[in-house]
Amino acid sequence: MTAPTAPAAPADLLYSEAEEELRAAVRSLLADRCDAKGILARAETGRPHDPALWHTLAVGIGAAGLLVPEKLGGQGAGHREAAVVLEELGRAVAPVPYLTSAVLATEILLACDTAEAAPLLAELASGRTVCAPAVPLTLAPGARLPAPVRDSGGGILTGTVTAVADAAAADVLLVLADTGLYAVRAGEAGVTPLVPLDLTRPLATVTLEAAPGTRLADPATARAAVAGALLSAAGLLASEQVGLAEWCLTETVGHVKGRYQFNRPVGSFQALKHRLARLWLDVASARAAARAAADALATGAPDAPLTVAVAQAYCSGVAVRAAEECVQLHGGIGMTWEHPAHLYLKRAKADSLALGTAGHHRGLVADFAELPAP
Amino acid sequence: MTADAAPTTPDALRARTRELLAAHPPAGTGRTEFLRARFDAGLAWVHYPEGLGGLGAPRSLQAVVDAELEAAGAPDNDPRRIGIGLGMAAPTILAYGTEEQKRRFLRPLWVGEEVWCQLFSEPGAGSDLAALATRAVLDEAAGEWTVDGQKVWTSSAHNARWGILVARTDPALPKHQGITYFLCDMHDPGVEVRPLRQITGEAEFNEVFLTGVRIPDTHRLGAVGQGWAVARTTLMNERVSIGGMRIPREGGMIAPVAAAWRERPELRTHALHQRLLELWVEAEVARLTGERLRQQLVAGQPGPEGSGMKLAFARLNQEISGLEVELLGEEGLLYEDWTMRRPEIVDFTGRDAGYRYLRAKGNSIEGGTSEILLNIVAERVLGLPPEPRDDKDLAWKDLSR
Repeated sequence: MTAPTAPAAPADLLYSEAEEELRAAVRSLLADRCDAKGILARAETGRPHDPALWHTLAVGIGAAGLLVPEKLGGQGAGHREAAVVLEELGRAVAPVPYLTSAVLATEILLACDTAEAAPLLAELASGRTVCAPAVPLTLAPGARLPAPVRDSGGGILTGTVTAVADAAAADVLLVLADTGLYAVRAGEAGVTPLVPLDLTRPLATVTLEAAPGTRLADPATARAAVAGALLSAAGLLASEQVGLAEWCLTETVGHVKGRYQFNRPVGSFQALKHRLARLWLDVASARAAARAAADALATGAPDAPLTVAVAQAYCSGVAVRAAEECVQLHGGIGMTWEHPAHLYLKRAKADSLALGTAGHHRGLVADFAELPAP
Repeated sequence: MTADAAPTTPDALRARTRELLAAHPPAGTGRTEFLRARFDAGLAWVHYPEGLGGLGAPRSLQAVVDAELEAAGAPDNDPRRIGIGLGMAAPTILAYGTEEQKRRFLRPLWVGEEVWCQLFSEPGAGSDLAALATRAVLDEAAGEWTVDGQKVWTSSAHNARWGILVARTDPALPKHQGITYFLCDMHDPGVEVRPLRQITGEAEFNEVFLTGVRIPDTHRLGAVGQGWAVARTTLMNERVSIGGMRIPREGGMIAPVAAAWRERPELRTHALHQRLLELWVEAEVARLTGERLRQQLVAGQPGPEGSGMKLAFARLNQEISGLEVELLGEEGLLYEDWTMRRPEIVDFTGRDAGYRYLRAKGNSIEGGTSEILLNIVAERVLGLPPEPRDDKDLAWKDLSR
């Protein structure tokens, strides 16, 4: 056995000028329209999504169609750009269905590559329609796909899927059934909201009782499409985690500079400085890992599955650690409902389960890097 | 050579390199003779000034010259053997030296005829380098300084012809002042070099005892009392050179342990597997972080990640080599060889697991301890306030030691 080598041309790990412009547009929108107070107020109504914010992001900035080629109605950009959007959304813990609709569902439809999928894809890319794949948020690339939905003939679907993210905001659900992939109008499905750990990414149980679906792909195509989309989404989730971690670090550094105890800023105590310096290094490293994943997905690099597994195995932990440090180093205020730290901790912890845990991804690394278990 | 303006384009440098090769064919030219000619042609370090081994060209163009010379089979100056001279002494001499000093020292330094060492750390001044106690007293009549003290952790001192030395010239001033920087002749009878045997059993380093060493004032670098500023130039260049090299995926310390895992299934346990995978991922992420830093440098946007890379590699090297010893089981109980040796070049990965484990303990101490580097990141990158300290304004002689 030999060591898995990196591709001859190293990945581009920087941000292009166009990517920085996209970032500036998204950041400025979120600064104006997505503050922590508003997020919390929405979450407490039980409808955390902000449709107006989504509309501006998806339609105004065109972010929903980044992964979709122009001839299919999208922006014809790619994973590197979508990753930048996700960094900003993570930084703001924005309550919008980007990861589910603009990444996961979009990638599934792109991979279906059928006449039936194309119109729905164009609707998603335009931002007019939100689509949630009816799979548990914890479903990971490389895992066996569950098959809880049965087709009783002619696309009449019955079954229950748990822990579906953003289903409540979706117009359409993508359902993986035994006979293929189906689009089900949200009105045809039972969507029962759950109480999520992460207040900003709602979860629901989706119940189909003889719900009519439009068939988009045969079983083999459907399963391959979902598996590929899970890989992309896991790779891009790393960027959301980087953005989140960076916010936590910046916010915490700002806090310890201004908070005085023992007649000194608490940020002058070495015990805290070292923790924050280590966290800074972790965030800088997570950024490199997440950029590598985005670039590998964008270029279709042969080692993309390994690069994504590395990014997920690393970035999940960094985001959780950053959020935990943020709570701890803010002291008492960090434990309160009014300081936004808890929103970040909840998102970070939920993200660490989403699309495969770090442990699952290390298992994938073992396969790709040929380091087998005993 | 033509009298045209200095060539600063790749093509012009390529042409100049070919002229050098034509005038001094590597096959028929001695190593030293070739290297001297290369220096004189301005192709040693092209970003240095003309007449000092360079052409004032962009630093990035050195790669063009190196590629041409390598293709022609020309000898190189074995930078590993003279790393301290190249990485620390040379940039400092260039920045602070007199014209005479630059002309006297840079050429033999680069050619490798004169090896350099660095006389900074002392038994009582490691991380707190400005606390150094080696004294230098000026004999104005003779125009010479007399130096007394002890230095430690001096790589290459036993091979060195010259040392860069910081010494205290005014104990009545606060500790960062009153320091002066010298170029010390290691052949002076007052210089005694003793091997310092390490945890690995070998002696990479030395202790250097300085007793009545006479240094002419012409070998002072920078102004009297300016030594701390000069030393910072040296140290900045030192940190640039650590942790910045490009490594392949699964390169470095993780390579032997991954190979052992693959080749020897009988050693595998589930607990070790989990640790191995965590470290493999961290090593890959560190590689990517280094690569991202390198790309930032090439794009002219140097990021602060460099300050952190040494920290990451030190921790990883220690954890990975510790895992490796454990993985090896009975074999991990053994050690290759405790014979006292003096390696010319330190190879962190080329020895057995026990050596790697022990040697890696130095990675978080040498070139700035991890604790000091964390302070640097916290203060310079994150802008956190320094800890209060009371040694900055006190005279050095009044500090507790």
